[in-house]
Amino acid sequence: MQTGEVRKPSLGAVLLGLIPFLAMCFSVSLWDRVYPMVLGLPFNLFWLVAWIFLTPLCMWAAYALETRQRLGRRAAHKNGVEDARGRR
Amino acid sequence: MSASSIALTVMCLIVAAGAALGFYAGVHRKKNLEEWAVGGRGFGTLLIWLLMAGEVYTTFSFLGASGWAYSRGGPALYILGYLSLAYIVSFYILPQLWEVARAHKLQTQSDFFETRYKSKNLAAFVSIIGVVFLIPYIQLQLTGLGIIVEVASSGAVARTAATIIAAVVVAAFVFTSGVRAAAWVSVVKDILLLIAAVSIGIIVPYHYFHGIGPMFAAIARAHPAHLTMPGATKNLGHTWYISTVLLNSFGLYMWPHNFGASFTAKSSDVLRRNAVIMPLYTVTLPLIFLAGFAALMVIPGLSNGDLSLLTVVQRTFPPWALGVIGGAGALAAMVPAAIFTLTAATLFAKNFYRTIFAPTMSDARVAKLARIMVGFVMAIAVYFAMHSSTTLVNLLLWGYDGITQFFPGVVLGLFWRRVTRVGVWSGMVAGIATLAVLLLSNHDPIFGVNAGFVALCVNFAVVAGVNLLTPAERSGFHEPLETSAEA
Repeated sequence: MQTGEVRKPSLGAVLLGLIPFLAMCFSVSLWDRVYPMVLGLPFNLFWLVAWIFLTPLCMWAAYALETRQRLGRRAAHKNGVEDARGRR
Repeated sequence: MSASSIALTVMCLIVAAGAALGFYAGVHRKKNLEEWAVGGRGFGTLLIWLLMAGEVYTTFSFLGASGWAYSRGGPALYILGYLSLAYIVSFYILPQLWEVARAHKLQTQSDFFETRYKSKNLAAFVSIIGVVFLIPYIQLQLTGLGIIVEVASSGAVARTAATIIAAVVVAAFVFTSGVRAAAWVSVVKDILLLIAAVSIGIIVPYHYFHGIGPMFAAIARAHPAHLTMPGATKNLGHTWYISTVLLNSFGLYMWPHNFGASFTAKSSDVLRRNAVIMPLYTVTLPLIFLAGFAALMVIPGLSNGDLSLLTVVQRTFPPWALGVIGGAGALAAMVPAAIFTLTAATLFAKNFYRTIFAPTMSDARVAKLARIMVGFVMAIAVYFAMHSSTTLVNLLLWGYDGITQFFPGVVLGLFWRRVTRVGVWSGMVAGIATLAVLLLSNHDPIFGVNAGFVALCVNFAVVAGVNLLTPAERSGFHEPLETSAEA
């Protein structure tokens, strides 16, 4: 494995990370309101609290995706090495 | 015993217990520079996690967040937004940083810039900018500590005296223990603050309003505009929110101490997993907001919003409980202040002074200079703490404005092979110059946009522009590895 080569995160993982950015940052004018109050909280506070719990879900999915791809690549690399050996 | 002496006694006992734990953790270790500043690089997952918990459990969130909920209202919500998103950003850059750090034996943020861009001067510049913007962050902790002592003593100890006492205690803590001790005391202060946040956030609304729902209903009736943006401010609306959340989420891991802490992880996968769960660590913050909102109705008209949480606690709880909460708050100021002071002093001595003025300086003399710098950094922070009347949150906003100017150099350095030293130099200088002009001429926010974010955009634009005009150069990360791969 080339240690110096920086591997970019996969597109799927980046898209999953963009979901909380859309929800907590860019869409602020949609949810920055007091009503309807949920669980006694103004809607904007409730929305952000909800995303404290939803963000790890998105990132867990991104983690699973990254891990699978990494393992996939490692397996492919190993097979490649064995192929080369077999040919020799 | 009077109420304030009970509160102060309990508080001092907690601080003393915390300091004793820190001292115990530090006493068996050798006192060389490496151990003192980076804990000998033997940190397990738990300690790294605690070190990287960042500002979730410092004076910033404890007194500052509630203070802004009280005095500004809606705009304070940016704190909830940016913390979760900062951990997302870390998911995409820290594992890669860790990989290059391992391959090139990098230990600090300056090492990253020196190796990637093959420039000692750039590394020294990054160090000194890091020191400059750490100072408001240290000032924030000292001011917070001063507020805690002042309220706990019911005003018997004046703020100036309290701030100086705070600085002396923190300096003593730094001298005796170092970073490992700070990490261990973090365990105690995080648990104490968790208990404090839960009890304040639940008991206060129930005591005065019989519930959280009725409390917000009352606030919405009395102050209809307070709970949304721009709240009690004129210019902190949605544009400000978006620009500030973006800037801060890019900036959290640009702080030299957070950046360096990620290098000490056992593997890059640990950093990825950390990023997934870290947002849950912020779950107590909404409870702290509740205290600030409650104070708006219970004790209106405070001159300084940062006093709101402790004043409402003083009104509601018996003196010993104020002492426990004050003690927890004091540790939450001392531990980060110690870590930041240590970082700033080491950066100055090792990565700035030695690099520029004395390349042959021995490690022992660098360690000695770093210790002297601890005193200097403290003195500067105390001076600013006594001569400025800004809110705690504002101090951290300024820190982020500056520190995030490293972001283009780091991210492009990792992912864009073509980015050049001249490009990054120009971008960073342009960003910091823009920032200085905007902040010093009181143009923050400018047209509703966070000034630091404007500076960051200038920074990115200049890096990109200069890069296209200068010839490509080889990344410092590829040079030695390509030769070793051939060998």
